[in-house]
Amino acid sequence: MRTCRRLILGLLTGLMLVSAGWAIDPQDFSSPAEEARYWELIEELRCLVCQNQNLADSNAPLAKDLRDQVLELMQKGMSNAEIKDYLVVRYGDFVLYNPPVKPATWGLWFGPLVIALLGAVGLVVVLRRRAAMDPAEIADPDQEELDRRLEALESEQDPRS
Amino acid sequence: MKLSAVLPLGVFLVLGILLASGIGKDPTQIPSPLLDKPAPEFELPVLGREPETLSKKDLSGAPYLLNVWASWCPACQIEHPYITELAERGPVPVYGLNWKDAREDAIRWLDFFGDPYRASLFDGDGRTGIDFGVYGAPETFLIGADGRVLEKHIGPLDAAAFQEKFAPLIQGQATGAP
Repeated sequence: MRTCRRLILGLLTGLMLVSAGWAIDPQDFSSPAEEARYWELIEELRCLVCQNQNLADSNAPLAKDLRDQVLELMQKGMSNAEIKDYLVVRYGDFVLYNPPVKPATWGLWFGPLVIALLGAVGLVVVLRRRAAMDPAEIADPDQEELDRRLEALESEQDPRS
Repeated sequence: MKLSAVLPLGVFLVLGILLASGIGKDPTQIPSPLLDKPAPEFELPVLGREPETLSKKDLSGAPYLLNVWASWCPACQIEHPYITELAERGPVPVYGLNWKDAREDAIRWLDFFGDPYRASLFDGDGRTGIDFGVYGAPETFLIGADGRVLEKHIGPLDAAAFQEKFAPLIQGQATGAP
């Protein structure tokens, strides 16, 4: 019984190792630096089939083709920028996880900053206005309500006294 | 006081319009950067007629459709009857780009379903597909007489899509060409 369990455990562990090996295509890197550059590149490029994955993570056949293509272009001596351009010419800016700054993407890049600035300006305006106010001028709804009730109570008590 | 009362409504409206504009758009339809640009160069073997090859130069001179298909692609079977009808009606010649396929499988597929294409370019390693920015089959390109990519349709082609996207451009090519 125990040996059987061990055997199953061993088999499962072995299977896990095998599938981990499958996840990465065996590429012929000439140096560790090249491998590092390859990984850096494919992590910045989007898989077009499964759009929320990068080329490094995707198992789609097209992603594998594009990974091979990236390595081939690297080995031809193209720079990172040239390789990205090569893909952008074919697939558009969509392949880049880091979209370029240009008029069409200004909203994306600067929109959050603009909203944060508007918020900051609004906050400053409100705080300044409050600071400039005379405390007596600030209407306190609770106090008004209390005064009103107090008055009502007093007028109720009036007839008895 | 007045502004602060209207502000939340304004923010809500702006956000609402922004989000509403995204509804109905298909995020899997990635616009092709190749539109109105020269189609990439290719020279590929003709499926089933090897060693005959066809290049971009061989095909230019008149507009044509390049239909990306593969035997492993179920949606290609869906559009197949329409592609066949289109090829028979013949407003433009229809060529196939057999993408990332195995030669025997592709030939068997054509034998089984029928071969609507003037010729199918065999792109087994998918390199020409990458040059065309293909990211899934089927896709259909309209290439003009001057070799430019005029239009691209992603997904199965049907009569509605053809009439809307391709027909006006083909008409324009017929009348506008010198």
